[in-house]
Amino acid sequence: MSSRPRGVKERVAEGIARRYRRERNFRLAGLGAVLVGMTFLGFFFYTLIGNGYTAFLQTHIRLDVELSADVIDPDGERDVQALGRADYQGVIRNALRARFPDVTSRNDLRELFALVSPGAGFELRSDVLSDPELVGEALSLWVVADDDVDMLIKGHIDRAADESQRRISDSQLGWIEQLEADGSVSRRFNHRFFTSGDSRDPEMAGIWSAVVGSFFMLLVTLALSFPIGVATAIYLEEFAPKNRWTDLIEVNINNLAAVPSIVFGLLGLALFINIFGLPRSAPVVGGLVLTLMTLPVVIIAARAALMSVPPSIREAALGVGASKMQTIFHHVMPLAMPGMLTGTIIGMARALGESAPLLMIGMVAFIVDVPESPLDPATALPVQVYLWADSPERAFVERTSAAILVLLAFLLVMNATAILLRKRYERRW
Amino acid sequence: MTVAAYVLGRRRSATTTGVSFHSLPGYYGSYVAIWCALPALALYCLWQLVEPGFIRTQVLATLPAATLELSEAELGLVYNDIRNLVEGNIVSGEPNDEILAAASRYTSLQRISNLGITLVVLLVGLTSLGWAFRRVEPGLRARNKVERTMEVVLMAASTVAIFTTIGIFLSVLFEALRFFQQVSPLEFLFGLSWSPQTAIREDQVGSSGAFGAVPLFAGTLLISGIAMLVAVPVGLMSAIYLSEYANSQVRSFAKPMLEVLAGIPTVVYGYFAALTVGPLLRQFGEGLGLGVSSESALGAGLVMGIMIIPFVSSLSDDVINAVPQELRDGSYGLGATQSETIRQVILPAALPGIVGGILLAASRAIGETMIVVMAAGLAANLTANPLEAVTTVTVQIVTLLVGDQEFDSAKTLAAFALGLLLFVTTLLLNIIALRVVRRYREQYE
Repeated sequence: MSSRPRGVKERVAEGIARRYRRERNFRLAGLGAVLVGMTFLGFFFYTLIGNGYTAFLQTHIRLDVELSADVIDPDGERDVQALGRADYQGVIRNALRARFPDVTSRNDLRELFALVSPGAGFELRSDVLSDPELVGEALSLWVVADDDVDMLIKGHIDRAADESQRRISDSQLGWIEQLEADGSVSRRFNHRFFTSGDSRDPEMAGIWSAVVGSFFMLLVTLALSFPIGVATAIYLEEFAPKNRWTDLIEVNINNLAAVPSIVFGLLGLALFINIFGLPRSAPVVGGLVLTLMTLPVVIIAARAALMSVPPSIREAALGVGASKMQTIFHHVMPLAMPGMLTGTIIGMARALGESAPLLMIGMVAFIVDVPESPLDPATALPVQVYLWADSPERAFVERTSAAILVLLAFLLVMNATAILLRKRYERRW
Repeated sequence: MTVAAYVLGRRRSATTTGVSFHSLPGYYGSYVAIWCALPALALYCLWQLVEPGFIRTQVLATLPAATLELSEAELGLVYNDIRNLVEGNIVSGEPNDEILAAASRYTSLQRISNLGITLVVLLVGLTSLGWAFRRVEPGLRARNKVERTMEVVLMAASTVAIFTTIGIFLSVLFEALRFFQQVSPLEFLFGLSWSPQTAIREDQVGSSGAFGAVPLFAGTLLISGIAMLVAVPVGLMSAIYLSEYANSQVRSFAKPMLEVLAGIPTVVYGYFAALTVGPLLRQFGEGLGLGVSSESALGAGLVMGIMIIPFVSSLSDDVINAVPQELRDGSYGLGATQSETIRQVILPAALPGIVGGILLAASRAIGETMIVVMAAGLAANLTANPLEAVTTVTVQIVTLLVGDQEFDSAKTLAAFALGLLLFVTTLLLNIIALRVVRRYREQYE
């Protein structure tokens, strides 16, 4: 009789160390899982920033450029058309030749000219066009270097490597070192990255056209998904009778929230482009597709916001004689608005990062011009990332990372706004 | 005009003194404005739908009889030429006189149509405005009518979701049916080789395209399987840790951090998988003497797994928190340690919810596109080796549809057949998952 309880007690005591060990291991496994996620996040931002921050600086070369009047404007009339036609790349080449007078052979000259970006002439041209007074003067100009030079200066090309292993030849390296020696090479802020469109030359490529394309798209999405989403939420939450039909709508909304985004792209292609004949690659179509994608998010958030308004508000309004519509629009909606806006912003942030459906509707085109309306062909920021990630040039790697950083910054701002809005107007009833 | 209508209606009710109106002045304004805008708008939309067909018959009527005897498809080409000419696009071949005449007819018709519809719309708007304006009197129950209209608008908005689903299903289904007229569904579903190409000439090399989708399913399953192997343990364990062990400080820091993972765009993950993880795995494999393809299924799967960790963890977190505290207390009271409680009481109780969450995450993994487009291979490869390159359903949809398309070749239509399959699969997964989660929630409410 007395031996059994002792036996149990001993067996329990024997097991305790093992059980505590398992407890500790389990707990460590949980901590490990959390750490895995965080480590990845850290590693991820570390590589992104490490790869990307150099793209905000761009190597420039100082040249003494002589804008002699008889090359640029032989007629001497300062006519805009004549100024526009002149050979500015030639002017820059002459400056390079003057800087290195001992380079004469054809091949050497070609290599020498390759130090400067093919886009440098265009920039000089727009400088002159905006200020025709420059003609006839000699300027000391910082011109954009070619992407290979840029990579060399940023240390992505190994100077000690064999000539056949790098994209910069020995003689080019020699010239660059001469330029470096007298301080004619410097890294300056890369404003082109923020102000110009896509380009085949990495040093001239920028994200502005993609940003504008994304902006137009989000505009369309916002203009459609907010009213439709809020209207749906109000109907389902306040008016809809509980029946099969509204059940069907609800199941539908929940399912749409989980349909793969690429399927929405197929819908956009088949419906908006093939049947309605809207233009391919246009932000309007992208906006429509993204509207359908974000609607479930907006609806679910708006319903939650409406639900959180206490019934006493409704009853009070109804009690003083407001109609149901007046109750909702004058009293319930203003109180639910912060929640609705928060949901909409989060939906917009998701729409901004979406790219798969845009590939389907042709927004992957190579777009140099900045779109001027939602009907112009355009690309979007995430799609630009996708396009650059596919480009073989080494210089596009840092640009891709930099574009991702810009995209993440936009997302951060949007989500932070949503959180602030929620914090600021959150009410406890 | 609508604004003017609002002002007019409002003024009419507001300035009439001495009598009390049924509704507030604003409602009379809205009433008149609605009457002014809605009929005109409806008419305009109707005309927009009818106009192209109408102009087409009128323009084609001017063409000579010989042209009209062409087949329907060729006639369509001619008509397209005319339209391109009008819009200043590139025309196929030199336009002849008849086409030019038809084009000028097209332009004039379009101008007449535009002018006409503007006039008619204005007229209808004014008439209905006048009619509604005359009706504004004290007895008119303007508020009820305006509110009724608004309710109809709200109801219409809520059907958008249904139309989207129907739209997706129909648009994908129709193209898929056209595909199945060319390729038998049996071959598509059970064929073992995938090389989507259609012959331009009969005797072309490799003219026989093969549309067997099994390698694609295998690839999709392989990659999402790897992803789930990463996401389920990590996600579940972090949910358990955060909801049962961590103190509130750790929670408030770690939870948003994990949610950041969900907010990162998929294209960014794709870039990361292709340019960082892929080469890393390759180097690592070389160190071990293994041949790892730089587009291996492992790389794409790992990164995809990281992406869906937050889905698994936040859904599991919800269900674990929904388990009633009494169950825990009961278990502790019997002397169980915390981990024993979790493993033997909480997890079994939360299992249906967790399974639902995992199914949702799986449907997301199957439908994920950008990561696999950027980091997985293009060639169909029937293998279970995670170190080789495989391709997935979504990758094939993208490669088939990006670039120039012709909507009659089996190649393009195959993408829609794949899309149909993807849609149906994920839909089924979602419905099952949502049902499981819902039933589970009801159990503890």
